[in-house]
Amino acid sequence: MTVFIRTLISGLNLGSIYALIALGYSMVYGIARMLNFAHGDIIMVGAYSGIVAVMSIGLPPIVGILLGVIVCALLGITIERLAYKPLRQAPSLSILITAIGVSYLLQNLALIIFGPEQKAYPMFSGVKSFQILGAKIDGITILTLAVTACIMIGLNLFINKTKIGKAMRAVSEDKGAAELMGISTDRTITVTFAIGSALAAIASAFYGATYVYILPTTGSMPGIKAFTAAVFGGIGSIPGAMLGGIVLGLIEQFAKQYISTLWSNAIVFGVLIIVLLVKPTGLMGKTIQEKV
Amino acid sequence: MKKKNYGNLFILFALTVFFAILGGMLYTGNIGRQFTNMLIPIFMYIVLAVSLNLVVGLLGELSLGHAGFMSAGLFTGCLVSIRLYGLVSDPLRFVISMLVGGLVAAVFGLIVGLPTLRLRGDYLAITTLACGEIIKTIITNLKITGGARGLDTGHVYSGAKTLFPYAVVLVYLTVIVMMHIKNSAQGRAIMAIRDNRIAAESIGINVTHYKLAVFVIAAFFAGAAGVLYGHCFANVKAASFDYNVSIEILVIVVLGGMGNIFGSIAAAVILRALPEMLRGFENYRMLIYAIVLIMVMVLSNNKKVQSFRYMVTGKLKKKLRERKAAKQAKKGGEMNG
Repeated sequence: MTVFIRTLISGLNLGSIYALIALGYSMVYGIARMLNFAHGDIIMVGAYSGIVAVMSIGLPPIVGILLGVIVCALLGITIERLAYKPLRQAPSLSILITAIGVSYLLQNLALIIFGPEQKAYPMFSGVKSFQILGAKIDGITILTLAVTACIMIGLNLFINKTKIGKAMRAVSEDKGAAELMGISTDRTITVTFAIGSALAAIASAFYGATYVYILPTTGSMPGIKAFTAAVFGGIGSIPGAMLGGIVLGLIEQFAKQYISTLWSNAIVFGVLIIVLLVKPTGLMGKTIQEKV
Repeated sequence: MKKKNYGNLFILFALTVFFAILGGMLYTGNIGRQFTNMLIPIFMYIVLAVSLNLVVGLLGELSLGHAGFMSAGLFTGCLVSIRLYGLVSDPLRFVISMLVGGLVAAVFGLIVGLPTLRLRGDYLAITTLACGEIIKTIITNLKITGGARGLDTGHVYSGAKTLFPYAVVLVYLTVIVMMHIKNSAQGRAIMAIRDNRIAAESIGINVTHYKLAVFVIAAFFAGAAGVLYGHCFANVKAASFDYNVSIEILVIVVLGGMGNIFGSIAAAVILRALPEMLRGFENYRMLIYAIVLIMVMVLSNNKKVQSFRYMVTGKLKKKLRERKAAKQAKKGGEMNG
């Protein structure tokens, strides 16, 4: 039972990290219709900016995280302006390749600046741990879950209640019609990239707190997993990304605990394929009727 | 039709010249060690890119699992080769192991191809990526393939000089099969599916049949290429054939041009050789690679660059036309006079 609860909590922890990253993937996909392969590397940038802020400048951890959020949001906007905006009308594969190029660029810049050796993520060393039904749970895990829940509720309110949220929904529904209604698509896309990258920065803090060590290639595997989570939940759908992320994290941790660490990735991807075969547009994706 | 055949002949001619130069340099010992080691991998990337082009360029489906097929072929082929070592003559051993590797990869191609019948676009892309990762995990965890430490191919290892002829034949075979498919009724059916699946279906094209066939053929060549690739290393790990390799192949296909065979070949050679050329910059070479990638994409989709290119080629064409007209006029004048 203790093991079960511990696995459940660590699954939720990993799941919230995936969900936060998957949200960025899904929002960008929904609005700009592009797969932002460089999104995973934003996590890495967020983690490194946290390390620099705390270790080199000596700022308190919470300021370090905020700094990471700002750096990532600005980076997201810059990348969008420089690399993706000129390709608005280009075929989707060209945009995909550009995103891959941006991903390589970020990884290699980090490699040149920070070197190939791993760096420790310094934050939250003093958070207390709890006992739940006999299982010892790190305080940071609870913090992760609480913050993720708050962010998700906040994001839902933002998307559904504010004017810019409404604009985002309109653009993802029909770009042309939204433009005719006087919505600036460019500004909406910029905002989307900023929010997505900021969420990735928050995910990076939790990732750093859980896995401690950061490398220039750190972002790539969580990025791919989060992409999987976004597709799993139905890409373009925000509740889908949250659900997909949590479910994927749970599957991964339970597979690691009860089946095998070595096979966990194969199991995660296997479940993805089976779900997609049964429901080709993901758990919460809209089925699009093909018109003849 | 006639014009297209000239294009194909040109590609084969260019390939022959390329092979002759490289072969000549290799066998007379005029190239450095480093370049010799690159040779077989470059050929393999040509095969991988040309075969992936069949899926991405002709069928129009985004596949991110090509490295998985290569890996599946590589490990079975190398295992066969290790077992047959000393039992049969070397050429026969290479041919058998490449065939077996290709066929096993083709079976995987069939399995991976099945979801394509139901999934579309990005959903399919992530599924192929997932399949590639599953193949990688399976191979890494099997005892027979050496597990995480990798398969020891030390005693079937062969140098570039031994593998060169096989690689040349494989490249020719892939290119010729691709050309044949592209210019045949089957190829037009495949492209019809790409352009409009429903319209293609409505005129009686069997979409299931063609989609599966494309995946199987592409996987076969990727697997056969993998077998040769495995022979030029003393140790191969499944972990090194992850989604990043698939993405690398996809980059080659897109930069070379969708459905363009010559483009795939040229892009494979350039993109594989480029990082080696930049060895002097060591730390910066991948950075330069990334910037080149972004610049090529942004510039080739830029309206001004496109119109400039159009203007230049337009002017050239106009000039050619004028020259032709002038020649004809001159001829006419001579005749009259």
